Amino acid sequence: MSEEHSEEPQSKHEGEQDTPQEGDRQASPAEEASAREEDAQEQPVAPRAARRAGPAGEEVRDVTPRERKRMNRRELLKLVPVIAIGAFAIPKLQEPLLMQGLHFSDWASGKLFGRHRLAQTFRNNDVVPFQRFPYNYYDVADPEVDLDKWTLTVEGRVQRPGDYKLEQIQAFPKVVQNTRHVCVEGWDVIGNFGGTRASEFLRWIGADTGARFLEVECVDEYYESIDMATVLHPQTLFCYEMYGNPLDRGHGAPLRLQMPTKLGYKQAKYLDTIRVTNVLQADKRGYWEDQGYSWYGGL
Amino acid sequence: MATNASAIDSKNAAPITVAYEHPWVVRVAHWLNAVAVFVLIGSGLQVFRAFPSFGPKIPQKNFIDIPKLIALGGWLGGALQWHFTFMWIFIGSGLMYVIYQLATGHWRQVLFLPRDIKGVWPMARHYFLFGPKPASAAAYNPLQKLAYTSTIFFGAMSMLTGLVMYKPAQFWWLAWPMGGYHFARIWHFISMCGFVAFIPGHLIMVLLHGWNNFYSMITGWKRDPEYLD
Repeated sequence: MSEEHSEEPQSKHEGEQDTPQEGDRQASPAEEASAREEDAQEQPVAPRAARRAGPAGEEVRDVTPRERKRMNRRELLKLVPVIAIGAFAIPKLQEPLLMQGLHFSDWASGKLFGRHRLAQTFRNNDVVPFQRFPYNYYDVADPEVDLDKWTLTVEGRVQRPGDYKLEQIQAFPKVVQNTRHVCVEGWDVIGNFGGTRASEFLRWIGADTGARFLEVECVDEYYESIDMATVLHPQTLFCYEMYGNPLDRGHGAPLRLQMPTKLGYKQAKYLDTIRVTNVLQADKRGYWEDQGYSWYGGL
Repeated sequence: MATNASAIDSKNAAPITVAYEHPWVVRVAHWLNAVAVFVLIGSGLQVFRAFPSFGPKIPQKNFIDIPKLIALGGWLGGALQWHFTFMWIFIGSGLMYVIYQLATGHWRQVLFLPRDIKGVWPMARHYFLFGPKPASAAAYNPLQKLAYTSTIFFGAMSMLTGLVMYKPAQFWWLAWPMGGYHFARIWHFISMCGFVAFIPGHLIMVLLHGWNNFYSMITGWKRDPEYLD
């Protein structure tokens, strides 16, 4: 161990110049050797100014036990950022922290969203047969909407609020698109959807498109809220057709939201009321969102 | 560095040789990442339980039944909260490590390169078949390099495949090199399997190398490093 230190001229570490042993170096090799022998006989070897390095250039030091403890303690303290995530193990903090994480992800998702970036569209050959497009509902498969009397109620920051008939919504150019419907559970289907561009209808009724949200209430008491950027996206539809036929009762007749840039649970069916607003009601952000799913739900 | 106090100390105690093996950035990145990997695997398995298949919804063919015991989050929504929170810690600590390694040049010590291939088998023979220990002056042996490099590979893979699943409308073009959108989910699962394969081997090696080695990943300083014997 002790033979090496005299042969290490290339130190990267300053601050070792002032160690007591520095003087020894100027002594002749013979003197030094005898001095070392004395050391070895009479007392433990004094800490040398180690000028060695590990294979990856690791700094090597000879230290006293006390110094080592102090160094270790100092380095241990620097790991506080790691211990901080232990907060997730504290029951009281866990839920608020996870909600912060979810909100941060939603914020980032909003930043990643391109207002004019289109979701992928597909050829007719890629569309799944209608029979294999799942019916998904949270309560009942058919809330028994009276299709003859149905109207869409429009509220909030619009110049022309009121009740609109399906024909009025269908008066706009029909957009038909083959897009992917993605469920938060992990499955997806490519379907064929037809409807009116939400942005066109909203502009026609004089909606404040500078507002932040569109709130949606459904006949089956499902509810949703969507950020305005997504509502105005060119692929966001008030959808009244699937596979060229009027929406059937299982898929949300007579009118549903269809947004290829959002997860399935955002695509509310059996629309009853839409409201343009700047403020979301605390416990009315969305049926699943209020139970802990992502509010943004963007793809 | 040597103060008077330590000089006095040294009269009574033998000096200890220590090497600063793991810089702060590496240790913080390692432990943050270690926690994140466990959370992401557990919550990912819970997410997978919601639809344990790689195929269509209709007809649904379940691939594997994940026991609730090893899943984290309790339900799909809860698991997604864990997943969407710790993915940031995972990505952040991963990038922190990679950028640090690139900036300091330390990547040369640990990146597995083609020239390391020939050293894998002798090292594996030493570990698993009690063969002779290959002589090496390098900081990490070829098998270690392979293991550590694979975690970076699987980490990048899980991040990119996760991004495609999370934001397919924004990044659908990223699915193309993966073989399409549905393959993103498969590759994501495979990258998880990569971590699951790495972890037991890593933990066994940590156990075999004892407290001193383990402690160096906490404080950075390793007592009596083997290469100075």
